[in-house]
Amino acid sequence: MSTAAALPLSTAQSEVQNLDRGKVGFVCLILTEVALFSIFVTAYLFFMGKSQTGPYPADVLTVPVWGTICLLSSSLTAELAVRSLRANAKARFQLWLGVTVLLGAEFLRQTAIEWHKLIRVDGLTISTNVFGTTYYSLVGLHASHVVIGLTLLLLVFALGLSGASLHRHERRVELLSWYWHFVDAVWVVVFTVVYIIGR
Amino acid sequence: MASVPYPLDKGRGAAAKRAYSWTRFAHEWVLTVDHKQLGLMYIIIALLFFVASGLQAAVIRAQLMYPDNHLVSPQAFNRMFTMHGTTMVFFVGMPFIAGLANYLIPLMIGARDMAFPRLNALGFWLTLFGGILLYSSYFAWAGMAGQGSAPDVGWFAYAPLTEKAFSPGTSTDFWILSIIMSSTGSTITAINVLATALCLRTEGMTLARMPLFVWMFCVVAFQILVALPPLTAAQVMLLLDRFLGAHFFDTRASGDAVLWQHFFWLFGHPEVYILMIPGFASVTEIIPVFSRKPIFGRAAMIGASVSIGLISLGVWAHHMYTVGLPSKANIFFAVSTMLVGVPTGIKIFNWTATMWGGRIRFQTPMLFCIAFLFQFLIAGLTGIMLAVAPFDWQLGDSYFVVAHFHYTLIGGLLCTLFAAVYYWFPKATGKMLSERLGKWHFWLLMIGFHVTFDPLHFAGLLGMPRRIYTYPPGRGWEGFNYFASWGVVIQAAGIAFFVWNVVDSLWRGRKAGNDPWDAWTLEWSTTSPPPEYNFAVAPIVRSSRPLWDLKHPEDPDWKYEQS
Repeated sequence: MSTAAALPLSTAQSEVQNLDRGKVGFVCLILTEVALFSIFVTAYLFFMGKSQTGPYPADVLTVPVWGTICLLSSSLTAELAVRSLRANAKARFQLWLGVTVLLGAEFLRQTAIEWHKLIRVDGLTISTNVFGTTYYSLVGLHASHVVIGLTLLLLVFALGLSGASLHRHERRVELLSWYWHFVDAVWVVVFTVVYIIGR
Repeated sequence: MASVPYPLDKGRGAAAKRAYSWTRFAHEWVLTVDHKQLGLMYIIIALLFFVASGLQAAVIRAQLMYPDNHLVSPQAFNRMFTMHGTTMVFFVGMPFIAGLANYLIPLMIGARDMAFPRLNALGFWLTLFGGILLYSSYFAWAGMAGQGSAPDVGWFAYAPLTEKAFSPGTSTDFWILSIIMSSTGSTITAINVLATALCLRTEGMTLARMPLFVWMFCVVAFQILVALPPLTAAQVMLLLDRFLGAHFFDTRASGDAVLWQHFFWLFGHPEVYILMIPGFASVTEIIPVFSRKPIFGRAAMIGASVSIGLISLGVWAHHMYTVGLPSKANIFFAVSTMLVGVPTGIKIFNWTATMWGGRIRFQTPMLFCIAFLFQFLIAGLTGIMLAVAPFDWQLGDSYFVVAHFHYTLIGGLLCTLFAAVYYWFPKATGKMLSERLGKWHFWLLMIGFHVTFDPLHFAGLLGMPRRIYTYPPGRGWEGFNYFASWGVVIQAAGIAFFVWNVVDSLWRGRKAGNDPWDAWTLEWSTTSPPPEYNFAVAPIVRSSRPLWDLKHPEDPDWKYEQS
């Protein structure tokens, strides 16, 4: 038995620890991810217009309107899914989660189409020039985050279909939705840098 | 946290009484998620890598002992200083501070473990296997264009030397991948530290009452989260350059070698404080106990730590004056660097003021703290000299710089870490370290340190460049190098006393008891070593010195502390 048990029991000055360790840990993870992305964004901005040979961004990039609409609206459906879960509306939760997965997958499909065109038609690869180098690494870093998020969402979707009681794991699903919102927010930055400023 | 007694009979404490076998022992060490065991494992691997890296340093000094010496080949010499720097920073410093954080933070805040115990174990194994990966480079692809074996590009790995054209073979890839692995481990530790300190404090421990040790580790964790990604990102870019033909640092295709330096030092300078602030944290706990006074200027201490954490993110280019920066950048980075001197000065003032008028006990932990104060002050002063861009143009990349940062890292950090070991060893093992052997350790290490690094300042002032393989006679460097190399022998003797002390004390050391130093923080309220659950009943805290309140009910701190 420790001697600390003999410390005075105070009722007046006790502090309520209402911070959720999962949320704090998650915010820390986001912080370090933000730092990682800002280095790649910095590199993109730094190398903008420095390619010695083509193809140049203005020649080959088209604004990915449809993919962006899909990804951004998937944030909305993810939030609707979390709210359904909170209300214990299981079917509604599966529906919104399924829509989120589909929208995310469509975004990835659009990226794949864009990359296929850039590589096959325009001949732009990661080693063509510094535009290719920074473009593929920044967009690819974001896309890899979409893949991770999508995998986790699919996992939750499958668990829900298998009849697992997700209501107990509401907090975890909520954290996953935070991750998905983060991926979306990063896309806003990547979109602005690559397709608006950089073009 | 409610004060629920821990279910004693169901814990592993009862299981440990069962029959002992080495398989069970190994099984427990591999599968453990206990913060204390992981903390000790971190410190043990840090000490093992410390010995490996110390031997590399000894080879470097032996090579430089005489002019025109050819003890090792130039290639081996390059590998020595690369591995020495990389190991000391990533596999000695980082695991050691992770070990201190893991072992002490839950005990100090009255928690039963870190916030994410399993993640914690993952972090440890990533760090260890990162180190093993780095050292396995010695055995890899030795025939590949003479570039097998260990990395030889310096611990900062400047581009474009690291590009495939100039560093074929695999050594640079070992360097990149092992550090990405251990950085992931450090990031996990940082997340864990912040979540633990913010969410698991025992009842009554407000942030204002949280030990300064934990406060400073929160600053360190923040720095790790923000400053490690630039290194990881740059290393990923380098991998893309090396394997997919990208052009980030490839100067022949509009890539930029200086960009690597910016990214590297954007990590590299905060890293100095990531290593140093845990040292400050230990000293801040030890000096008050051995001066028998509460810390002077508690709030100022917190403010100074936070401002060091923030300012250190904006000083990186002082490592790059000799690259040739615009003069506005030179001025900015010179001023911001000197600005770090202000909060650091506040800390040194507070430590000194804590000792002032105290009844100082000159035991080994305190001796190391006092040595730290003197030596770190000198290191800070040469740091201010090097912050001045024109001075740095003269002495950048010279042995003056080498002497400066070894003063911070040995004279400063290593002293504080040894102080921490002597102070908390009784808590972790239940045995006291010998004072007699401790004093031999202290004096030999300090004398050896000064014999090595004081002369190197002068060799640097006389123009001896860093990373030089050998040098001709007649430049006035011989004497300084000769003494510096003998200093290593004295330091090694000091370290030998430390090893002897640890082994001897574990074997037949004096029993420590719960609270051998008559200290005031919560870790001393539980047994030595603490049970797996730390506290049978979660303690309740009313001031920043809960054990003082307990020992002095007639004059408790909470009567005077605000909030």
